Amino acid sequence: MNDNMPMVEVKNLDVTFDTGRHRVRALAGVSFAIAPGESFGLVGESGSGKTTVLRVLAGLIRQWNGGITVAGKPLTPDRDKDAKRAIQMVFQDPYGSLHPKHTVDRILAEPLQIHGIGDIENRMKDTLEQVQLGAAFRFRYPHQLSGGQRQRVAIARALILRPKLLLLDEPTSALDVSIQAEVLNLLAKLRHELDLTYILVSHDLAVVAQLCHRLAIMRTGEIVETADSEKLAKGELTHPYSRQLLTASKGFDRAAIAAFTDL
Amino acid sequence: MTQPILEVEKLNIRFHSASGTNHVVRDVSFTLGREKLAIVGESGSGKSQTARAILGLTPGQVSAQKLAFDGQSLLGLSNAEWRKIRGRRITMVMQDPKYSLNPVMRIGDQLLEAAARKGSRAALKTRALEMLQAVKIRDPERVFRAFPHELSGGMGQRVMIAMMLVTEPELLIADEPTSALDVTVRLQVLAILDDLVKTRDMGLIFISHDLNLVSTFCDRVLVMYAGQILEELDAKHLQDAKHPYTRGLLACTPNLENPVAVLPTLQRDPSWMAPVDR
Amino acid sequence: MSSTASTGWVIALTPPEWRRWLLTDTPQSRWQARAGRAYLGWAAFARNPLAMLGLLIVLVLIGMAIFAPLITSYSPVVSGDTVADRFLPPGGDHWLGTDGHSWDIWSRIVYGSRTSLLIIFMVAITAAPVGIIIGTTAGYLGGWIDTALMRLTDTFLALPKLVLALAFAAALGAGMENLILAIAITSWPPYARIARAETLTVRNTDYIAAAQMSGASSLRILIGHIMPMCLPSLIVRVTLDMAGIILTAAGLGFLGLGVPLPQPEWGSMVADGRSDILNQWWVCTYPGIAIFIVSLGFNLMGDGLRDVLDPREQ
Ligand SMILES: Nc1ncnc2c1ncn2[C@@H]1O[C@H](COP(=O)(O)OP(=O)(O)OP(=O)(O)O)[C@@H](O)[C@H]1O
Ligand SMILES: Nc1ncnc2c1ncn2[C@@H]1O[C@H](COP(=O)(O)OP(=O)(O)OP(=O)(O)O)[C@@H](O)[C@H]1O
Ligand SMILES: [Mg+2]
Ligand SMILES: [Mg+2]
Repeated sequence: MNDNMPMVEVKNLDVTFDTGRHRVRALAGVSFAIAPGESFGLVGESGSGKTTVLRVLAGLIRQWNGGITVAGKPLTPDRDKDAKRAIQMVFQDPYGSLHPKHTVDRILAEPLQIHGIGDIENRMKDTLEQVQLGAAFRFRYPHQLSGGQRQRVAIARALILRPKLLLLDEPTSALDVSIQAEVLNLLAKLRHELDLTYILVSHDLAVVAQLCHRLAIMRTGEIVETADSEKLAKGELTHPYSRQLLTASKGFDRAAIAAFTDL
Repeated sequence: MTQPILEVEKLNIRFHSASGTNHVVRDVSFTLGREKLAIVGESGSGKSQTARAILGLTPGQVSAQKLAFDGQSLLGLSNAEWRKIRGRRITMVMQDPKYSLNPVMRIGDQLLEAAARKGSRAALKTRALEMLQAVKIRDPERVFRAFPHELSGGMGQRVMIAMMLVTEPELLIADEPTSALDVTVRLQVLAILDDLVKTRDMGLIFISHDLNLVSTFCDRVLVMYAGQILEELDAKHLQDAKHPYTRGLLACTPNLENPVAVLPTLQRDPSWMAPVDR
Repeated sequence: MSSTASTGWVIALTPPEWRRWLLTDTPQSRWQARAGRAYLGWAAFARNPLAMLGLLIVLVLIGMAIFAPLITSYSPVVSGDTVADRFLPPGGDHWLGTDGHSWDIWSRIVYGSRTSLLIIFMVAITAAPVGIIIGTTAGYLGGWIDTALMRLTDTFLALPKLVLALAFAAALGAGMENLILAIAITSWPPYARIARAETLTVRNTDYIAAAQMSGASSLRILIGHIMPMCLPSLIVRVTLDMAGIILTAAGLGFLGLGVPLPQPEWGSMVADGRSDILNQWWVCTYPGIAIFIVSLGFNLMGDGLRDVLDPREQ
């Protein structure tokens, strides 16, 4: 692969949901590019379309307009197995993303069977090791796992197909701070070891600063600002909405809230 | 001092199953006035079960020396008596909006059902729309007619809060109510709760993992570990907590200004567990 | 054999050992995980005395059907002396008495359990799969497929069981096959509705999205991911319906449209004895009691299963 070629390039992505009476323009011309091996953060208002961006990339939303290339190849709404394999996703809610009647073993084996990959045993052992779950967890059901363990299984399911791009939708917002720290450390380590590219959605600016190189700030279906993480850490974001986010992340403060405007 | 809204003394919750008894809440005692009380602690420490026990909703076996709301004991209430309290005088915002909302029912119908009060449907609808607006939902009309899967994670969570607002409770138990909201909307929603506590004398129990938020929003903090309350602190002084567990939790939190390469994780110590009498 | 060896063997089988194996948090195989889960379900079921009573009744019914020749001394279809053995009251050799054909009532009740079980079994293995396939397909695929399949379901739902069975019997003649067909055809629509409702609640979940993302086909998702979620409520419903099936079969038998004589069937036995109910009360009372007990058994078992498999509906 060419070094200058971005891993993901999204140009003027537009998504409109039609639910009969109402039409929702969830994304209105979103563009960004991410280099291979980079970790890219998406933050912004609730309902601004962050999850929608990920779901389009993951192929879960079929109707969109605009151009997307992944590793130089244009992405179409209908994609083949290889294209599906290259992009995997970790969902926000570790309690809802694992099938309650499947063991960890089955959850991890199924993607391999679908893609006709042999060597299930070794892959599974390696992947469980990568997410620091011992073989003891292999035959447990989700209800026998803690939230952090479930999230690690979800990460393992995404990794087992050896994707290039990992989409992380608020992977730690349902976890306590201690488990969040474990998962964040793990994600940082895996990106390094496996040469992955991340898109991370989070509301926690500190989490984004911890894990990402760059970030985009979204509001009502648009990106209002793109910046690198150093700027975020130093508080040097420029768009008024971004500055409002920075203020808000300092904690509860009635005076600050009163000053919020609907920008 | 006026009478506390809630008094809890030596609350215990046990789960019995074929694999043995699991004692998940141990001798928890606290009182709540017209204030914002936070419960923090790692996952599985018993925060949600404590909260559910107050509403008589835990599937486990509950025992307590005292569990009283507004002077009235909540132990051994009949279903009819519970109906007068639950969802009216005490309401709870559940931890997981996706599980708490009915996936095949429109949001509006669920809001109206929660209101469950007399009045014309039109008046109730106006009020429900107002509540959606109060929690900063941009297009209340659409959300009113939407199914849960058509909403973003944070919108679902705000619907849960709106549902609570239409009932005007005296005690609100909020179980991680804002974990899926962006920081701005989060503070705006918390400001609404703050107003309810200040102007309508509501009591608030606020369960959260976000220690920074808790220390700026709440008045008092209970720190739970393995079903017990390890320490009780003034929220303002949470950053100066003495207990190694609380200090450990604080250390795990990533810091925006100076990110570190590897975050510390919690080292647990069995001696934190106090022996339980009986 | 030395005594130590035999104690060792006994200890290996004492409860704590196998219980620990079943309830471990770290199962070593798929099989152990599944067995552990089944055991927990069973333990919860076994804690409910009424459910256990229901199960006992059903087991006794099955035992009766299997061991019928061993627990009866008369043939259910070869009559005794048409004069001397007619309408014998309970007691003596015929401990539940005999009927107007000089048949031994106990034998006919015992052999009749085979008929009932066969009908239940055939209905369950035809109606339930049809219902689950139609319901999950409609719910998952949605759109016009959903509309079409649900129209079909509603059409069948509108047909009353007895009337349809009557029509079948009139058109094709009374008989076991037609009886089963009639009941099966009117039984599947509720199963399809349950399966569809369940499917609608899971189709938008993240775990289904994850399966779609890993490239799973719709067929794989339907069979491997959605059907397992529909099964519990379906199993409960089918069990609760068994009593109804027995009663329908008995009702048709009572109307003379069920299983033809001389094959023993409880409903037609009740019908047979109804003209003599005052003088020869035992002829219709005993099969009536059998119908009652077995219906009750299935209902109790179904309620118990619901508590274990489908706790929401309490
Ligand atoms: N299936 C759908 N049908 C209709 N509208 C939808 C659907 N999915 C999402 N939307 C709408 O699209 C908009 C963007 O949603 P999205 O989930 O991308 O937000 P988000 O940025 O992830 O928000 P959050 O931070 O709250 O998760 C919302 O207004 C939402 O209601
Ligand atoms: N239905 C149940 N049966 C058995 N044990 C349960 C049940 N529900 C909860 N528990 C156990 O009770 C303990 C406390 O759970 P609880 O939900 O109160 O934790 P929590 O502090 O709210 O954690 P989190 O931050 O993850 O929400 C846990 O160990 C959990 O496994
Ligand atoms: Mg989202
Ligand atoms: Mg909880």
